[in-house]
Amino acid sequence: MVADSQQVQSQFAQDHARRLMARRVRNLIRSVLIHASLIPAAFVFTLPFLWMLSTSLKPDVQFYAYPPVVIPYPFQWSNYPDAVKFITFFLYLRNTLTIAVLATIGVLISSSLVAYSLARIPWRGRNFLFILTIATLMLPFQVTMIPLFIVFKNLGWVNSWLPLIVPHWFGGALYIFLLRQFFMTIPMELSEAARIDGANELKIYYSILLPLSKPALATVAIFEFIARWRDYIGPLIYLSDQEQYTLSLGIYEYQTQYGAEWGLLMAASVLITLPIILLFFFLQKTFVQGIALTGIKG
Amino acid sequence: MATAAATANVPRRRLSQGTRHTINGLLFASPWIFGLLVFWIYPTLASAYYSFTKYNGVRNPTWTGLANYIELFTKDEEFLAAVYNTVYFAVVSIPLAIIFAFGLAMMLNAKIRGQVVYRTIYFLPTLVPEVALALVWIFIFTPHNGLIAAPFRAFGSRGPCWLTCAEWARPTLVLLALWIIGQQIILYLAGLQDVPQDLYDAADVDGANFLSKFRNVTVPILTPVVFFHLITSVIGALNFFAIPYIMTGGTGFPANSTLFYSIYLYKNAFHYLEMGYASAMAWLLFMFTLVVTLIIFRSARLWVFYAGGED
Repeated sequence: MVADSQQVQSQFAQDHARRLMARRVRNLIRSVLIHASLIPAAFVFTLPFLWMLSTSLKPDVQFYAYPPVVIPYPFQWSNYPDAVKFITFFLYLRNTLTIAVLATIGVLISSSLVAYSLARIPWRGRNFLFILTIATLMLPFQVTMIPLFIVFKNLGWVNSWLPLIVPHWFGGALYIFLLRQFFMTIPMELSEAARIDGANELKIYYSILLPLSKPALATVAIFEFIARWRDYIGPLIYLSDQEQYTLSLGIYEYQTQYGAEWGLLMAASVLITLPIILLFFFLQKTFVQGIALTGIKG
Repeated sequence: MATAAATANVPRRRLSQGTRHTINGLLFASPWIFGLLVFWIYPTLASAYYSFTKYNGVRNPTWTGLANYIELFTKDEEFLAAVYNTVYFAVVSIPLAIIFAFGLAMMLNAKIRGQVVYRTIYFLPTLVPEVALALVWIFIFTPHNGLIAAPFRAFGSRGPCWLTCAEWARPTLVLLALWIIGQQIILYLAGLQDVPQDLYDAADVDGANFLSKFRNVTVPILTPVVFFHLITSVIGALNFFAIPYIMTGGTGFPANSTLFYSIYLYKNAFHYLEMGYASAMAWLLFMFTLVVTLIIFRSARLWVFYAGGED
């Protein structure tokens, strides 16, 4: 009896060990296969950056060399100072930053106020306003592009930063949607308790809702800042005076009548791209949550 | 007792509180109400009006009735080319984007080492200013000399002509657009991480293999994400502008094969100052977008699965 049960036990232990081994092997094969497809994909996705970085440090003769020069010899660091001097880089940087920062501040204040109205104040008509807000997301920008241009032209705002900043002070539909969804997750009891204590809505907005919504506000701020930093068509339509250019327009000046200054152009591209990549690395969690948030309601 | 007293009090107080809420609600929403009127509703109506006029943006618009629309459909070959290119781009690139984003997200979701690193890498191209990305691509895709030609040269071939010939330019742009699917990968990944583990466990108990789990659990649960991706990418594809505009200088070179709808519209408005004509194009685009999204919304009940929404 005792021997039997011992035998059964050891049999069981052996089976168990074998199964464990099999599972380990299976998992190993599986993860090897997954990495084997993720790594080439990662290589393809990083290729433009690697090539940008590599070209930004190359002397002219190596641009089109065959076989391609991956690591430049010698590193031509001077491409960077030359790139900054070749165009009025810092002027364009200042313009881009000014527009991006002012638009971001405006969109944060206005969108959060509107989202507060839609999520936290029960009033007739707010659902209608919300539907209208969502509807604008479906409207192609080309529909409003021409009349807006005429309006800004009549205001004398064309060839200034105003058309690129002022509209953002009146709210952005996507951000209103995003913040509304977030505000709705905060318990209503907090607002009601504050109302009973005699707080007005502005106070509730400012001292209860905003402090609790920092992650969502951060998401909005980053999204808007990057959207303005990358913006191409806005400056293309409204800025014609070189003094007003943003980086995305100014970068064209590396293309001269003698062809493109690829080394300088790539150095400038690295300089334009790097701040955003750094921003992403530091705020990765906010990014990922924000993107997931936009898709939640599908 | 207390509740009875409270309900008795409500009618009088609710009225005044209701008014107060309305005033506050309108006040808080006022920037956006103004914004909607000035930056959305007025321009939309004005653009509808312009679409029936000849208008150069300086002199007053002159009414021409349906002339713009008739010209677009009967005389304008560039318009037809732009429509063809844009529809081609949408039809080819959207399914590919869904397959790649879904597939990469599935693999990222397997509990593997370096998930965050991979995710970051896949997301990076969406952060780069489009100008920088487009210029790097021009450089890489230079036929015969660019980086892309190197593997072909190794086999003694000249390789495709990429962006410099009509038959390759469209597929090349589709390929390039696949670089920018980082946001969608993150959306699918978030969706995958929400799939309840007990569904897989139940499938395991039933002896389901990988494929049937994928078909019967993963795909249904992720259909809302696919739906969202589909809607946003249709709008995105119809508005495809910056990258082809930068890469070709807005010329539609070669042979109008990269002349996308938005580019042709932009050229009409700001190069030829045919603002009425461009407005007609904008409204056609609007109507088309509306019809397509409506069809997708209508089709949703056939294929989009909402957990817990079955009754």
